Amino acid sequence: MNFSWDLLVNAIITGVVLGGFYAAAAIGITIEFGMLDIVNIAHPAFMIVGAYLAYLGWNSFGFDPFVSMAVFAPFGLFFGRAFYRAYHFFFERRGDESLQGLAFFFGILFIIEIGLVLIFGVDYRSVAAPYIGPTFGIGLISVSWRMMVPFLVGLGMLAGIQLYLSRTFTGRTILAVSQDVEAVRLVGADPIRAKEIAFGIATASAIVAGILLIIIQPVEPSIGREYIGRTFAICVLGGTASVPGTLVASLILGVAETLTTTFFGPSWSPAVSFGLLLVTLAFRPAGIFGR
Amino acid sequence: MSVDILVASGITKRFDGFAALTDVDFILRKGERIGLIGPNGSGKSTLVNCLTGILTPDSGSITFDGDDITATAAWVRAKHGLARTYQIPRPFRGMSVQQNIEVPLRFAVGHTSARTIGDAARVILDQVGLAGKAGLSPKALTQVELRKLELGRALAAQPKVLIADEVMAGLSDSEVDDILALLTRLNAEGISIMLIEHIMRAVMIFSQRIVVIVAGCKIADGLPDDVMQRDEVERAYLGE
Amino acid sequence: MSAQTAYEPRKSTLVPARLRSGAAIALVGTILVAATMLFGSGVSEYYYLAAYSILQFIVLGTAWNILGGYGGYVNFGTAGFFAAGCYTTIVLNKLFQLPLLVDMSAAAAIAGLMGFGTGYLTLRLRGVFFSIATLAMAIVLQTVVINWSFVGGGRGVYVVRPEISGLFASYAHLLVTLMIALATCAVLAAWAVEKSWIGIGLAAIRDNETAAETSAVPSLRLKLIAATMSGALMGMAGAPFPYYVSYVDPATAFSLAIAVNSIAMPLVGGTATWWGPVVGAILLGSVQQILTVTISSAANLFIVGVLLVVFLTAAPRGVVGVVRAWKRGRP
Repeated sequence: MNFSWDLLVNAIITGVVLGGFYAAAAIGITIEFGMLDIVNIAHPAFMIVGAYLAYLGWNSFGFDPFVSMAVFAPFGLFFGRAFYRAYHFFFERRGDESLQGLAFFFGILFIIEIGLVLIFGVDYRSVAAPYIGPTFGIGLISVSWRMMVPFLVGLGMLAGIQLYLSRTFTGRTILAVSQDVEAVRLVGADPIRAKEIAFGIATASAIVAGILLIIIQPVEPSIGREYIGRTFAICVLGGTASVPGTLVASLILGVAETLTTTFFGPSWSPAVSFGLLLVTLAFRPAGIFGR
Repeated sequence: MSVDILVASGITKRFDGFAALTDVDFILRKGERIGLIGPNGSGKSTLVNCLTGILTPDSGSITFDGDDITATAAWVRAKHGLARTYQIPRPFRGMSVQQNIEVPLRFAVGHTSARTIGDAARVILDQVGLAGKAGLSPKALTQVELRKLELGRALAAQPKVLIADEVMAGLSDSEVDDILALLTRLNAEGISIMLIEHIMRAVMIFSQRIVVIVAGCKIADGLPDDVMQRDEVERAYLGE
Repeated sequence: MSAQTAYEPRKSTLVPARLRSGAAIALVGTILVAATMLFGSGVSEYYYLAAYSILQFIVLGTAWNILGGYGGYVNFGTAGFFAAGCYTTIVLNKLFQLPLLVDMSAAAAIAGLMGFGTGYLTLRLRGVFFSIATLAMAIVLQTVVINWSFVGGGRGVYVVRPEISGLFASYAHLLVTLMIALATCAVLAAWAVEKSWIGIGLAAIRDNETAAETSAVPSLRLKLIAATMSGALMGMAGAPFPYYVSYVDPATAFSLAIAVNSIAMPLVGGTATWWGPVVGAILLGSVQQILTVTISSAANLFIVGVLLVVFLTAAPRGVVGVVRAWKRGRP
């Protein structure tokens, strides 16, 4: 271990910046699992699909990642809605068969990962953009733009989603559904449609998060699996259905992981998220902002 | 001699800042029939969940048949004779009606022989009027029949106390009478019963004593006629 | 009576009938073991290897199903338990050169303990947290193994097959015989659980855990029993693996194929009863053995994933469900 205050401060700042990106990855789980009670462990796979879409956009058309976001996020919204419709028809309607539901999402996760291997192979893929590479410094601290951009976009996305949920009618219906489906029906609103839109938003956020990911680092198909632990750890730590909670938990995880990586090496970083998840479940399952 | 079989004192339960129950006390005596009433969302189900062990109260204590069960697991309470039905029926969907009844026979009562269990199950099915449906899946039952299955399952545990949580909701008058008759019979056999209901007719006929919960607090506890005439109770139901 | 006779007219409750399927399993298993031992010396190595793979999946699928199908708690980390068994053998082999049966017992103990531990930490919570914890356990274990040079780390390790006694013509012959015996034990264990109070309690837990609790089912206890048994059997399936392949690296031991097949096979075959995972293992296992020759292993696994999703949507009760529905429909 090579300790210095410089290293520590840099690690914390980097961790916070990384946390902003993690928030983008996890917000979809907060919506799907926290609010809609859908255990979509395939969410990270959707994210990786987003990353590969950005790769295709850049490789075939020269799309800057932001262009990819504009092009592919609506696709995510549309696909997410359709996917939820199918899931609802085949599984939710059948009643409490959570075994089949979990296995289903595992199957989807698996199909996506192997499908990507079949199409793209196991090599790492990356994109290039003017902001991938340069760093900027403030005093002793040095941050790279390829991390800062996802941090800013992540924050923006969370703010946007929080505003949507609290200010629009559909958004508030979604929040209501997360608390009491029956009550929503009684008021005359359609909970299924609200859930559908919510799932669409969550999927779109996954696509955007994937594009942010490929800005940060090169991707290969199995990376999704690391994010299962991260996103669920964040969701639980942050209090399952809370957007601000997701942000705080993401920052905490980002800092924890970066500190671990800096002082103990990178091979332990997947263990940090799972470890944090297990500890939270053992001692405070309601999370920080818990319900 | 009257013995207190179920005693709750100072039960408080919060959910993330929302106080579902605040300092609720009540006593159920052996052989008694009490009714628990209150507007929707007043905390009745939360109270039942605390009593049966599905939830742990933030403070307060619960005593069952002399033993402190505040921290005891739900299944242990059930094994010792504290049974309940669920407002929205929760049958074991992958099993037949008879097998649903056999679960508590096996676990609460502790029968081990398949023959004994089968026979005992059929007795209970007769008692609740589901004899002809023994081999069916719960998915094939009507609402009333599902309620009867809930009662049957609770009965199979040979309970000392039965908490019937809105078991008559949505039933017709004659169906309500059926269930009332069944519950009265069970009480005559020695089971102390706590009836949670919105159907006032049933509550008034059945209860020896009524407890009223509004917004998580107990506001009345006494003889049915006395309680129903109290101002606070009228206000809670009819508004100011 | 068990959930297996749910919708059939009440059969007699005489003791022999209840034990009928169990006796049949034991009998078939014993015959197969004896037949393989006595007459199996001339069989080609290729068929043995294929048979071994399918038998291994019978064990893994059956083990998974005890907690997953019977109890409703999905284990995503089968590969972790399997690899624990593998590496137990590797460690013991490096240290002591013990007989395989001792390796298997040690593997059962270690993997069983892992199952108990994971369960103890997470089975009090919602099912999804148990599932994620099993995934976490597998990933953490893989990381540990990769960094552990004693067992070869990421590069892997070669394992020398021990000498065999005159009873067997080749080591493959021995392994297959052993696996048939293990598969028989696993299926018998699953059958015994299913018919016993444990199985009935698990079924209640699966259908509605809260109602099960208030019907006096000791749910945590039963889930822990199932998790421990399941883990132990998976570890036992992994123990002979190093001798089967002779070269083990983390990628093989923790392979994706194990992760997906141990879930897909019971779900395709049917999770409600003991013969579901067996049918699933034979079906999917054979399909994969045939396909491996013609297409890449990734494409192979892709098809398994697709079959899993297709069965979940179209035939959620698997082959078992289809057969039972057909039987009910007959006059």
